[in-house]
Amino acid sequence: MTTLGDLAHARAGDKGDTSILVVAPYELDDYARVDDVLRAERVAVHFGVDASHVTIHPVPRLGAFTVVVRARLDGGVTRSRAADPHGKTLSGHLLDLVVEG
Amino acid sequence: MSTYRIGAGSGFAGDRFEPAEILAARGELDALVFECLAERTIGLAQQRAATSAGAGFDRVFLDRLAGVLPHLEPRTRVLTNAGAADPVGLARAVVDLLSAHPRGAGRRVAAVVGDDVTAVIPADARITGTDLTIGDLGDRLVSANAYIGAGAAMRALENGADVVITGRMGDAALFAAPIAVHHGWDDASPDQMAAPTLVGHLLECAGQLTGGYFADGGRKVVPGLATLGFPFADVAADGVADFGKAAGTGGLISRATVLEQLLYEIDDPGRYKTPDATLDLGDVRIDEVGSDRVRVSAASAQGRPEQLKVSVGVRDGFLAVGSIAYAGRGARERAELALQIVRERWEVVHGRDPGEVRADLQGYNSLRPWHEPAGEPAEVRARLSLRTFDRAAAALLHREVEALYTNGPAGGGGADLSLRETVGIVSTFIDRERVDPRVEMVS
Repeated sequence: MTTLGDLAHARAGDKGDTSILVVAPYELDDYARVDDVLRAERVAVHFGVDASHVTIHPVPRLGAFTVVVRARLDGGVTRSRAADPHGKTLSGHLLDLVVEG
Repeated sequence: MSTYRIGAGSGFAGDRFEPAEILAARGELDALVFECLAERTIGLAQQRAATSAGAGFDRVFLDRLAGVLPHLEPRTRVLTNAGAADPVGLARAVVDLLSAHPRGAGRRVAAVVGDDVTAVIPADARITGTDLTIGDLGDRLVSANAYIGAGAAMRALENGADVVITGRMGDAALFAAPIAVHHGWDDASPDQMAAPTLVGHLLECAGQLTGGYFADGGRKVVPGLATLGFPFADVAADGVADFGKAAGTGGLISRATVLEQLLYEIDDPGRYKTPDATLDLGDVRIDEVGSDRVRVSAASAQGRPEQLKVSVGVRDGFLAVGSIAYAGRGARERAELALQIVRERWEVVHGRDPGEVRADLQGYNSLRPWHEPAGEPAEVRARLSLRTFDRAAAALLHREVEALYTNGPAGGGGADLSLRETVGIVSTFIDRERVDPRVEMVS
């Protein structure tokens, strides 16, 4: 089984109750494949949120994407009761996304 | 104009000390910048200052400065936002430190004030993402600080300051200021501020550009993380910047480390708003031009925001956490039972809302509670957390978790209880004209 982490690397940041992750394929040749995986609907299911809470910005000239997931941080870093209030660990979760085919 | 070399001395208030000392000693720096002010730090600092339980500035910066001082070249300018809620207070403490050191004599110190907008923020200003206004916060409001641009720090440098202490200046602006002064760029021109702001954006987290927060498995190998070197940039007159790190230090700077740092907290890469320029990051170029040497070019701006973002500190009560650990066969099941017991007692015995207590299984899925992992964990920690204004409720949660030792499932150990008072941060916006950053020359 191939996961996104076999093709790409990621880092998570946060603004308020929004998690913002950069994803970049290791090889530019995999850009289209990563683009196929990063559909808002699929990412939303993977993060357990409504599809309307996910926005994906392709940045083709840099060979990267930003993945924006809203309302997943229990209120954000200063309000959250969670063990990881920043959601820094969500980069590892994103890379678990299964790549089909 | 000659190329300007600027280094990052810290990426947050708790950062390591010696990478800045190594940069100062080997880096031939024109400027060294210490980013020490997280979003919520200023609210906590204002609260401390108000209760006179401590200073409104980050005292650790004095140790950082004392560490680099023996290595600093006379020309090296130092900037920091460690002034937090009291830049003038820190500036005075810096003057005392410098005057007691042979390498400090004659260095002039300035403070930038005016980011505190508590007195001028309109009561009807809307809090981002809510229906509330500033007025609705009442006496829970503890601070309101605007993210100011590079302009005031540039005036301080033009006035001859060697050390500039600020509060809530935009992180990137702290770096942009000395670069822009050197190259004669105008802080009112977003096009001229695009390049130095981009350099600041990349340097602001220090070690995160040079391989910190990057290593992962066999594919993202970073040598020498224990001796990670912090980055510097050589910024040319055309705005092109070459990034590197001090010779002999650990870490790695590559296209991938720079790319992660460029975009990782940017919602819309086409419109990254900073006080000095709205950056278009989509067309930026990143090229490896040597070993641990990366060139970043093609910074561009689409004007700058008419309003400045304001970080608003809100008294938010207490966060109480209690946890207890289980191991071996059936560990997850026993930890789950522990959570259930506390939640049941919370409702039935204490008559409180069970929804106010968050329950997690650490070691299983606490970091992604919507996720169903495969397999059973060897160890798991039952963790209960509560946000409350009621100190007695916090104490009650602690008692309930501790009581699991003799009243809960088998084999619980290592109960751990914590309580801290918290300041939440929300955002609003203020018209640029209402904010008046000023320079105070302290020596």
